Parts: sequence; structure tokens; C-alpha cells
Amino acid sequence: MNHVSVLITALAGLTAAIAGGALPVRSRVGATVLLTWVSCSAALVAAVSVLHSGHAIVMSTSKILPLTGISLVLTPLGAVFVLTIVIVALASTLYWLGYASHGLSSRSASSALPLFVTAMILVPFAASVATFLMLWELMALTSLVLVLSDQSRREAARSAAQWYAVMTHVGAAAILLALLLLSAHAGGQTFAQIELHARHLSGALRGTIFVLALLGFASKAGAVPLHVWLPKAHAEAPGPASALMSGAMVNLGVYGIILVGNVLLGGGPVWWWLLVSALGVLSALYGALFAATTSDLKRLLAYSTADNMGLVLIALGASGMFAASGARTTAAIAMVAALLLMFNHSLFKGALFLAAGAVQIATGTRDLDRLGGLLKRMPVTGVVFLIGALSVAALPPLNGFVGEWLLLQSLLHALPSANTAVVITVAVAVAALALTGGLTVAAFVKALGIGFLGRPRSEEAGHAHEVPATMQLGAGLLAISCVALGLVPMLILPALERGARTAQRVGVPSPVHGWISLHLFGLRGVLAPSLLAGGLAVALVATVLARWVSHRRSRPWPALAPAEPWGSGRASQTVRMQYTATSFAEPLERVFDDVIRPARDLDMSHTAESHYYVERIAYRKSSDDVIERTVYRPVIAAVRWWGRRARKLQNGSVHRYLAYGLLALVIVLVVAA
Amino acid sequence: MTDSLEALVQLALVAVGGPLLLGVMRKVRSRLEGRVGAPIYQPLLDLRKLFTKQRMRPRESSWLFGTGPLVLVATVVCVSAISPLATTRPPLGQSTDFFAVIFALLLGSVVLALAALDTGTAFGGMGSSRSMTIGALAEPALLVAILAMAIPARTSNLPALVRAGLSHPSLIASPTRILALASFLVVILAESGRLPVDNPSTHLELTMIHEAMVLEYSGSDLGLIILGESMRLVFLLGLLVNLLVPWGVADRPGALFFVIGLAALAAKVLVTGVAIAIFEVFTAKMRLFRLPELLAGGFVLALLGAVTAVVAR
Amino acid sequence: MEITSAFGPVYDAERFGVRLVASPRHADALLVTGPVTKNMVGPLLKTYEALPEPRLVISLGDCAHNCGVFRGGYGVEGAVNDVLHVDAHVAGCPPHPQAIVEALRGFTRR
Repeated sequence: MNHVSVLITALAGLTAAIAGGALPVRSRVGATVLLTWVSCSAALVAAVSVLHSGHAIVMSTSKILPLTGISLVLTPLGAVFVLTIVIVALASTLYWLGYASHGLSSRSASSALPLFVTAMILVPFAASVATFLMLWELMALTSLVLVLSDQSRREAARSAAQWYAVMTHVGAAAILLALLLLSAHAGGQTFAQIELHARHLSGALRGTIFVLALLGFASKAGAVPLHVWLPKAHAEAPGPASALMSGAMVNLGVYGIILVGNVLLGGGPVWWWLLVSALGVLSALYGALFAATTSDLKRLLAYSTADNMGLVLIALGASGMFAASGARTTAAIAMVAALLLMFNHSLFKGALFLAAGAVQIATGTRDLDRLGGLLKRMPVTGVVFLIGALSVAALPPLNGFVGEWLLLQSLLHALPSANTAVVITVAVAVAALALTGGLTVAAFVKALGIGFLGRPRSEEAGHAHEVPATMQLGAGLLAISCVALGLVPMLILPALERGARTAQRVGVPSPVHGWISLHLFGLRGVLAPSLLAGGLAVALVATVLARWVSHRRSRPWPALAPAEPWGSGRASQTVRMQYTATSFAEPLERVFDDVIRPARDLDMSHTAESHYYVERIAYRKSSDDVIERTVYRPVIAAVRWWGRRARKLQNGSVHRYLAYGLLALVIVLVVAA
Repeated sequence: MTDSLEALVQLALVAVGGPLLLGVMRKVRSRLEGRVGAPIYQPLLDLRKLFTKQRMRPRESSWLFGTGPLVLVATVVCVSAISPLATTRPPLGQSTDFFAVIFALLLGSVVLALAALDTGTAFGGMGSSRSMTIGALAEPALLVAILAMAIPARTSNLPALVRAGLSHPSLIASPTRILALASFLVVILAESGRLPVDNPSTHLELTMIHEAMVLEYSGSDLGLIILGESMRLVFLLGLLVNLLVPWGVADRPGALFFVIGLAALAAKVLVTGVAIAIFEVFTAKMRLFRLPELLAGGFVLALLGAVTAVVAR
Repeated sequence: MEITSAFGPVYDAERFGVRLVASPRHADALLVTGPVTKNMVGPLLKTYEALPEPRLVISLGDCAHNCGVFRGGYGVEGAVNDVLHVDAHVAGCPPHPQAIVEALRGFTRR
């Protein structure tokens, strides 16, 4: 039964890709979406059965790929990730049905998208190095096609695709190296064989493998400083594609780290996890800061993805450190927190990106400084964005809060019995969590407030109207799940606990349990999200009643009157007098000026009569990514310089090339001997 | 049953106490300025009047504008009913987590900030922007302070923290708690918009942080906002004093103990409020861009508290 | 300036329940001083409209009542009661702070 679902997943996905490439325009997207749903549903069935029973699904064949064969195993850990991806994929493809009339309906896009979804779903199934790498590469290539689709003429999109292509392949190279080292020393390429032999490897080798894998997977997850492709690619990709990339693909980076660190290598010394946490802290702070100071809507969401993945990495690192120092309970809780943070992120980030895609379709722009007043014109999209924004900001009663609470509890309870490294990490992590949380709140108040509230800041925003029903439904489904999980996180927690237990060799039974309220195993910490939400609802109703009662006396004037906003009595209050996203972020930018270092350009021209009268002022400010500017561009410039120097080796002479070949052969023979 | 009744009475005390505290603080200020000033119950009269006035909303605002005050008051009402202010056993007390309470209050601030942006005026944007910046910078201090207090008690459950103080007085006199509560006080001043962070009685829009967000509200909306803000101040001060000086809080069931708890709460909050009011008279408002330094100072205090908590084990 | 004095320590209008607020939306009454100039008609009307009902207008000083020495000036539109309905008037040039406080007390009935 389970084997059948896995086969259906793969075959339906493949058929969807073929359909997308072969069918004529009118039926292309519809048929592809239908087949993708079949594929997703089959995967959902498989994942749910694995999570329910706790037994893994095992399939392998040596016929499809020669020499290496394909080996698929779905453990509960993998099933958690499959579940996440399937939910985001179902919503995004539903959304795609409505989006297709505005873009992403070409043959290449329609065959790349289902292939992308299938590759992502199958990555957690991969149980041998070859299968894994093949699926990983397929995922990268198809997402590259999606980033470029419909926009290959735009310079920004081409540049984003270039950065993405290079960085994903550098990451893949690191992963390849790590996995090859593992399989070479373990004597076989299936994950089962590697798991058996990995503990006999030397500490230095294990460390090298972990660091390589971490670099590769962290880059995919968007961890700073390997994140520079993320704001570019996720911002330029069309709506459903960016939702899939941010909501599903980055999770696989996290999966990879857990796979190599916990499952294959079986856990490691504290310094590994210290490194993971450090990357997490850096990503969280950096991502949140840049999200708070950018005025491009999708770039903001992309930086927020880097921020949230940073939080997941902090949780993962904390879990590993606690496990390495023997605190099993807090390690288990931290691992569940990491998985919950990841799951929640997929839901709300998917909803946010789909809503942002809708805004882009309706107004034609991503620039927050030109949006506004969209909540009245696009009510459903506005509410979806509101729910998503409140979830990212980790506010009760939505799902982001539960994940954040769980992480805080695991950090808090680790402190009483801990060594120095853990103590310092926990303190830094809590401070980072807090600052990130505050910056994220500021970023999303800005995105929601400037983008959707107030008065429209441009013609296009003023003429916006709501998007087709399928797009609303797709985004709305994810938003509703955010609310549902915020009220009843126990819906997903048992599954996450199963997954966490597979990741950790020695686990604790049900680290987080309970139905109405969440209890921590063996520790004093309780949260009752539904009761809190109930309390808030009761209080809200009481307040509304109180206001209604106070209005009951009839008076000669209307109880609620629309009026001109108060502007100190000036003659005209133009739309331009409102705050823009740039002005909203200005205090924060000033505080963090040393980190962001925007490039400012002020150009004043004075009148002919006197230097004291200014005729014209032009002010330009650009804040591009600091790490890109200070680290990547010099590195790229250095590589180019070396390339030019190396050109001298290519002078066209065949004799010289033959000599190079001979030299290389001699060196290889010497080394191999 | 008695639990819910006690919660309602506690809530009523906070609801009435909010405007009263406001009145007391204004009276203290007036007296120190050499005037008689308005009577203590004046804010209550003001609120009654506001609920009879017309509500006005900006022509192009959305439904979020009217929701801001409602959510603000709802969050404060909810947390006031379930927190250990007069008694250490409030209803739902098992799940009253300190973090949950703080984040619930944050929900109120965020919705108010969004509603301010919905007005479509420059003032609303300015208030919202400054308020969010200060909130972002105050949050590290707040969370680390909670962490510092939670480490010795091994839980972040609020009633448990208050009870721990009652049963182990040595926990209160410890440098951990004092440093953490000092940091908490700085955050309370920042979040409630008191001097030296924000002048609550300023008329100069460019100096406003919180006031700028509510310039557009009138009638019952304004009444709800004033009520919500004053209740929030009373609530936070109540938490502060119960964590610092828990004696008087009802630890055992019984009407007598509960009444004593209410009276103790009122007295402690009153004293703290008067102290803050006196402090405000002698302080000038800080420049907006000096505030990060103040908040960073609060953070350092909290961090020191956390360090001493760990070292003391 | 007399208004500031009326709310200062000596005359202290606040003890009768009157307070100066930052926005007309928060206010019940509008205190207008001086004659209404042509440029200020618009802002004055806008400010009046920004007050929620029930609202009051109090004109302060002889210039607000009958333009005083500025009557007939090229920039003057009229007195306050030519532009708005005035509920109370405080006479004087300038009005004495005590008179201002008395006028306000008439409305708070304290």
C-alpha cells in the first residue's frame, strides 16, 4: 500500500511535468495542477501512515539509475518534512490555477513546477547518496527555471538567477564532497550502511564532513553569510514559485543538517552545534534587521525567511549541544521546537508570499512606497497577509507564538545544569531571539501598515482589485492553518515528536504533551494556547458590548462619522504626506547605521542669485546587502583577476596543452602510488 | 466559581485603578509644580464623558482603525484577569506563562500601531514607527529579564514566580531579581510612554511617540485607548511590585486574604506610581536617538541578572 | 499667553476639570483668539470640523468678538462669530486669565 503511494507520487509528478510541457495552453495548467495534486495526495498518504505507525517505508531498485540504483526510505523524520512540503505545494498549486492567466503558463514553467514539487517531496525519501544528489540537483535546476520564467528579459531576474545558480551549485559541491567522504569511508553509499560505519570514523574526519555538509545545507536554508542568493531569487521568482521556494525548499536545507549531523553521523561534539547556533544567531539578527529596513515587499519576506531559518538553526544547535552535554529532556524539547518553528514558517511564509504575489498582480509593483489602502480594495488578500504577519511576529493566538515559546522554554530549562559553552549560547540565543522578534514585529507592521493600510500611494495601488478566487483560496488555506495550529498545536505535535525521536539516538517519551494545554516532560512549563485565545475572545466580546451599550442613547448626531484626517488644519493633505516604508524604517536604520551602511547620495543645486537658495534637491539612498557588498563582491573581483591571469596559460598552442596533460597524468600517478 | 469571581473583582480593580492611578500621577505632578491640579478621579469623569462623544474615523480608513482600541483593551483585560495580582492562584493560573502575558500585551500594541498607520496621516506613521523601534529595542531587555527571574525558580509560570518569592525571601533579595526588576522597570517606562522616554502630556507632535498614534481617535475609541493604556500601566506595575515585594498577596483561599491582597496591590501600585510621578517631574525627556542607549543599559542590567542567576547555582 | 497663564500655577484652570489637549479630536471646546484673517478661515473651519460632537466654540478677547483695532484691515475676514457659531465669549484686551477660567468653569459647572 505504502509502496504504491510512493510510486504514484513519482509517476504522477512525472506525468504532470510531461503534461505541462506537451498540452496546449488552455488545458496545460489545469491538467498539470490536477496531476500534481494526485502526486501530493499520494505523498501525504505515505507520510501520514509513516507518522501514525512509526514504521519506515523502504523501497529500492537498481534498475532506473545504472550503477547506483535508487533507494527510497521514508522515516518519521522525513515524513515530517514531506508533510510540510505537501501542504505548501497543495496551496501553491491551487493558487497557480488563478495565477496562470497572469504568468507562469509557458511550457517550461508548467513542466518545471510539478517537477520541482515532486523533487522536493522525494528528497526526504532519498536513502542513498546518489538518489539524494540526483533529486537535490533536479530540485535546484527546476527552481532555476521557475525563477527565470516569464522574466528572462529583466536584468534583475537574470542577475538573481545567476547568483542562485552559482550559489546553489557551490553548496551542492560542498554537500557532494561531504557525502562522498562519508560513503568512501563507510564502504557503501546507502544511508543505512553509512549510519553503521560512521561512528568508526576519526573525529577530525567527522568534523570536516559535518562542516562541509553544514555549509552546503545552510546555504540552501538561507543562513547568513551564505544567504545572498535568497533575497534576489525569492524576490524575483513569480508568486507560486517564491512561495514554494521559501515555504518548502529552505526546509530541505534544515533536513540536510539534521540528516548529516544527527542521523548519519549520530550526533557530535559541542563545537559542531555551537557552530550551527552561531550561524543561526547571525542569520536571525541579520535577516530581521534587513527585513526591517528594506522597502521591497518580497525582499522583506525573503530576509524574514533567512531570519526564521536562523531561529530553526538556533533550536537545532541548542538541541545538539544539550544532547552532547547529556541534558536529554531539553534536547528533545529543542528538537521539537526546531521542527515546529520550521513547520509554522512554511505555513505563514507560504501564505505571505502568495499574498505578496497577489499584490504584485493587482498593482504591478513590489515597492511598499507605492502601495497602500489595499485592505479595503483586496479584503481577502489583506486578511491573509494580516494573519501571516501576526504569525511571523510570534503573537498569540497564532502559530508562530507556540514555536517561539517552546524554544524559549527549552533554552530556559537548560540553564540550571550546564557547562560554560551552553550557558553563553543560551544567553546569547535568548537576547538574539528577543531582538529578532522585535525587529520582525517592526518589519511586518511596516509591510502590513504601509502596504495595506492608509491611503494608496500611487495610481496603481488605487486601482487595485481583488484577485481570482483560486488565488484567494490557496493563500487562505495556509492562513487558516496558521490560525488552527495556533489554537490547537497538538494537531501536529505528536507527528513532530515522532520525527524528532528518529533524529535523536536517545530520546525522551513525549517531550511535549497534553491536549488543551501543552505540558513539558519533567519540567515546569505550561501553555494553553486555546484557553488564552478564548480569554482574548471573551475580553474582546465584552469590550465590544461595553462600547455598544455606551452608544445606545440616541443623539442628534451620528455615532460614527467619517471625516477628513486631522492634519493641523493645513489646506491640503496629500497622499504623499503619509509615512512611507523608508521613513518608517528610518529610526531603526539610524540605530543600526554601522551595520547597514547604506550608500547615500545627496545632490543640491542652488539658484543663480544666491548660494543660500536651493533650487533642487535629489536624494538617493540604496541599501544593498552588506555581506554581498563587503564579502562577495571582493571575492568575485579577486576570482575574475585570477581568471584573467590564468588566461595566459591558454595561448592556443597544442603542444603546450599536451604538456599540461602529461604533467597532470604524472602528478596523478605519483599521488596514487 | 470563587476563582472567576475573584478574577472579576481583580479585573474591576485594575480597570478602575488605571484611570485613578493616572489621576494620582497628574495630581502629584501638579502639586510639585505648585498648583492644586485636577482631583484624582478626574480621568474617570473624562472617560465617562468620552463614551458619550461622537466617534470619528478618517474617511479612507479600513475596519482595522476601529479594531485597534478594542484589541488593546481586550488584551489587557484578558491578562489582568489571569495574572497573580491580588492572589497567587488566579483562574487558568497553571498556564499563565510570563512570556504568554508579555506577548499578549505586545499583540495589543501591534494592532494599535497598525491602526495608527491606517489613519493615512504623517502623525500616525511617525508614532507607529517610533513606537515599533522602541519596542524592538526594549524586547531584548524584557525577555532576558524574564529569563533571569525564571532561572532560580526553574519556571516561567507567573504565579509560580510570585509564590517562589513568598516562600523563599532570599530569592527576592538576590542580585538576580533586583537587577532583572530594574531592567523591567526601564522597559515599563519605555513601553508605557512615560518620561524619560516619552512625555505623555506633550502638545508638540514632533516630540510625540505614543500620543502621535492616537491623535486621530475620538469618542469611545479614545476612551478605550486611555483606559487600556492606564490599565496596562497598572498591570505591569502590579507585576513588578508582586515580584519585588510579594507580601500581602493572597496565598491561601478565603475572602479575607483576597481582600487583603487587593488592598496590598492597590497600596503597592500607588506607592510605585507616586514614585514614578515624582521621578518624572525632575527628569527631562531624552532625545529620541539617545533612547537606544537607555534601552541598551536596561539590557545590560538584565544580562547581569541572568549571569548572576547562573553563577549563583 | 493668557491661556498659558490660565492653566499655570496661579490661576490653575485644571482644578475645575479643564485640560489642554494635543488634537481637536480629543477636545470638547475650541478656544479662538484674535480676528479671523482671510488665510485662516479654512484652517479654522477645518479645526472646528475636526472636533467631535458635542462641541463648543469660545472666543477670547475683544478682537475675536468684533475685530477690535483690526476692523476693516485688508487681511481680516471678520470676527469669529462671523465664521462660526460662538457659545461663549471672554471680553478683554487681553482677557484676564481669571476671566478665562471663569468662562471655562461655566461649562464644567465646577
